[in-house]
Amino acid sequence: MRAEEQVLLKLNKLTKNFGGLKAVDVFDLDVASGSITSLIGPNGAGKTTVFNLITGIYRPEAGSIEFDGRELIGRQPHQVAKAGIARTFQTLRLFENLTCFENVLSGQHCRTCSGIISSVLGTSAQRREEAEVRGEAERCLKLVDMWDFRDELARNLPYGYRRRLEIARALATQPHLLVLDEPAGGLNEKESADLMELIQGIRDSGITIFLIEHDMQVVMGISDWVAVMDNGRKISEGTPYDVQHDARVIEAYLGTDDDDDFYSKASAGEEWEGEGRT
Amino acid sequence: MALFIEQLVNGLTVGAVYSLVALGYTMVYGVMRMINFAHGDFFMIGSYLGFTLVSSALLGGAIPLWAALIVVVVLSMAGVALLGVIVERAAYRPLRRSSRLTAVVSAIGVSIFLQNAVMLIWGPRYRAYPPWSVPSITWQVGGIYINFMQVLILAVSFGLMVALYLFVQRTTVGAAIRATAIDHDTARLMGIDVDQIIRLIFLIGPALGAAAGVLLGLYYRQIHFTVGWTYGLKAFTAAIMGGIGNIPGAMVGGLLLGILEMLGAGYISSAWKDVFVFLILILLLMFRPTGLLGERIAEKV
Amino acid sequence: MAGRVERANSASRLGTPLPLVGSYLSKWGLPVIIGIGIIFPHVAGNYWIDVAVFWGIYVLLGLSLNIIVGEVGLFNMGHSAFFAIGAYTTAILSERFGVSLWLLLPLSGLAAGVAGYILAKPIIHLRGDYLLIVTIGLNEIIRITLLNNPLGLTGGPNGIIMLDQFRIFGHAIERPMDFYYLVWAFVAITVFVLIRIQRSRIGRCWNYVREDEIAAQAMGIDTRWAKLIAFTLGAAIAGATGTVFAAKLVVISPESFTFMESVILFCIVILGGMGSIPGVILGSAGMMVLPELLRNFAQFRMLFFGLALVLMMIFRPQGLWPSRRWTTILREGEGE
Repeated sequence: MRAEEQVLLKLNKLTKNFGGLKAVDVFDLDVASGSITSLIGPNGAGKTTVFNLITGIYRPEAGSIEFDGRELIGRQPHQVAKAGIARTFQTLRLFENLTCFENVLSGQHCRTCSGIISSVLGTSAQRREEAEVRGEAERCLKLVDMWDFRDELARNLPYGYRRRLEIARALATQPHLLVLDEPAGGLNEKESADLMELIQGIRDSGITIFLIEHDMQVVMGISDWVAVMDNGRKISEGTPYDVQHDARVIEAYLGTDDDDDFYSKASAGEEWEGEGRT
Repeated sequence: MALFIEQLVNGLTVGAVYSLVALGYTMVYGVMRMINFAHGDFFMIGSYLGFTLVSSALLGGAIPLWAALIVVVVLSMAGVALLGVIVERAAYRPLRRSSRLTAVVSAIGVSIFLQNAVMLIWGPRYRAYPPWSVPSITWQVGGIYINFMQVLILAVSFGLMVALYLFVQRTTVGAAIRATAIDHDTARLMGIDVDQIIRLIFLIGPALGAAAGVLLGLYYRQIHFTVGWTYGLKAFTAAIMGGIGNIPGAMVGGLLLGILEMLGAGYISSAWKDVFVFLILILLLMFRPTGLLGERIAEKV
Repeated sequence: MAGRVERANSASRLGTPLPLVGSYLSKWGLPVIIGIGIIFPHVAGNYWIDVAVFWGIYVLLGLSLNIIVGEVGLFNMGHSAFFAIGAYTTAILSERFGVSLWLLLPLSGLAAGVAGYILAKPIIHLRGDYLLIVTIGLNEIIRITLLNNPLGLTGGPNGIIMLDQFRIFGHAIERPMDFYYLVWAFVAITVFVLIRIQRSRIGRCWNYVREDEIAAQAMGIDTRWAKLIAFTLGAAIAGATGTVFAAKLVVISPESFTFMESVILFCIVILGGMGSIPGVILGSAGMMVLPELLRNFAQFRMLFFGLALVLMMIFRPQGLWPSRRWTTILREGEGE
């Protein structure tokens, strides 16, 4: 089934060390175009490092990252964003002292080109571009249902909205691939349910999603494909159903992280999935 | 070769003074992430206090010279340490939660205040330590001359630096200082009184600065209320060279800066020596952005 | 498509009117201030007109540094180096080659801008305090170089005497009143240009870099480029101001461009409110005019001044007139 799909992002034998620690160890993964692909694993498995490698914050020791047929390794983070990969951060990184509207406007920077001189002169091209930028920012804010908060400073927002604002900001870069680092972290049940709906909506609009998540209800509920990581290596991948029943996965979770009772959560996710999908 | 060794000795002497002052910058930075722009003025006030004490009847012959010198240094250190604690309480503590730039400007305000206070108290002109304050003994060692003050400066500064290093590395209070430097909140959870630690930092830093001030006053004999900025800038440069926040870094940075400066003065020209020093600083930071001994801080993403 | 979100506390401020100061300024304040500004030199004595001229020069310098410190958040404490490059370029070219000051104005800006670009390029990646000491170092290097009179160009500690003046239709600008109008006309132009930039794509990306560099990169902003543009532009404006300064002062010497001057400029930006144009104007007033007003206390004035800085930071850390343009922009955006 997977073979027929078009691969948007291809991670090939990716390796990254921190001192003696192999954070990511010969890691392969394909993210299919138009899919929601999840990366899960115990804390410290190396998931966020994979994201940082993709987005150009770290440089791998070996391996390749192919996005839409082009090699990404060696590109600066801003070049990766321009190439069409937008991300959110596990520990939110909003522009705290700017309003929600400005936060979202930032995403349009790499899609526009006005310079100092045209801005000072206020040329018609510059004004047209400004209007487009504002329109796009408005669209993205409305998409996450936050238009009413456009004038609010990011630091004054309640937590759930901060997560949504980061997603809106990433969408404003008009990405092909949206990389979400624990988007449901810290959200309550209602908020995560809303978030799932939002993520699915984004996917339906044609943007591929790659996410890290701890909340198994979310992962199992919306993913088309799940990869499991432990100690820098991929230990399993497949559909949500396959992964939940993979003995290696259960072992990885039960063996390393007692608080995170994967199996019960996974089963809960399965039930939820049963209710949610019609 | 004689020139080289002579400049090396001169460099070590000045460098030791820089190191003492740099320690004050680096300790405050390590614990509070703040550049204490007024630190150079603590140094300057130390040299003025020393001047007043030396010129007073103390050295009239009632007690032996060496005892009098110790009394002068200790009293100046105590006076400036007290001032440091007052400044921290009045001008820095209210700003502990605000942005770093605010704290920098507040420190600049303190610095301007202290400079002008000194100018009003001691007058705007150069003051000179009396010639009898130190014995004018010079030794000849293998073709180069070393005078009493150079030996005294090296002895006192290295003594103080070793004492500080042992204090920070080997005692419980030192461990508390190191813990506070890493994370205030966690340190507080471990039962450390962070306010107390910061107060202690503002005792030790200015005291070391004052000692350096007295030593430098005795060495060059001339003092002025603006020397705080000139030497403060050099010492701050030294702290950055070593890697700010790092105690051994400040010591190494100070000595290195002193030696570079004196070699620059000896081999290039004294008019260009500061240009030479700052060029080295810039080159160093281009290749090691966090100084010689500074840790590479990768931001957590 | 999007999930429904409960709006328990709708915190939108769109309905509330602008704060009083802002609305007064836009309706009545600006014409009144401009009116007072035009009348001022006709009622004030030459001494106070001169104070206002230097105030204006500091506003220009403050605005130029505000781009670097206030908008992008780069700790530049050596800004008077670029001011010096501009002033010396003017003085040397005017005295040796008789170049007209109107030509030297952009030329000095260009010289300082190029110097800013070249000097900043290798060090722009340094983190906060390291950049601070490096810029101080650059300031010292340039000041000492000027002092040492390389190739007999700079005149050493005595500096250069520059006799030429700005001329408008053959009328030389010499009187304090002429200078007053010249300087404040430059201020008006600079403010106009900077407001345009602030409200553009470039101005916004500077603020993103200031708020969070890593997030800005993730949004596709080349932060190194953004910082360099700001540094170059700030240096260029300071350099052009150097021409005006040279014309006003006649004698250009290294003592006008010390580290202390850079520190004062830095304080102006923070005192006014980072990234705020009216803040810079007020901040410069605080730094230039206030000490003049305290002249009666002569020797105590700098003492008070230091104290005032500390008290300001404790009781009004956001600055005299914090930047509030973001909400206004949005309202304009809706009006279109």
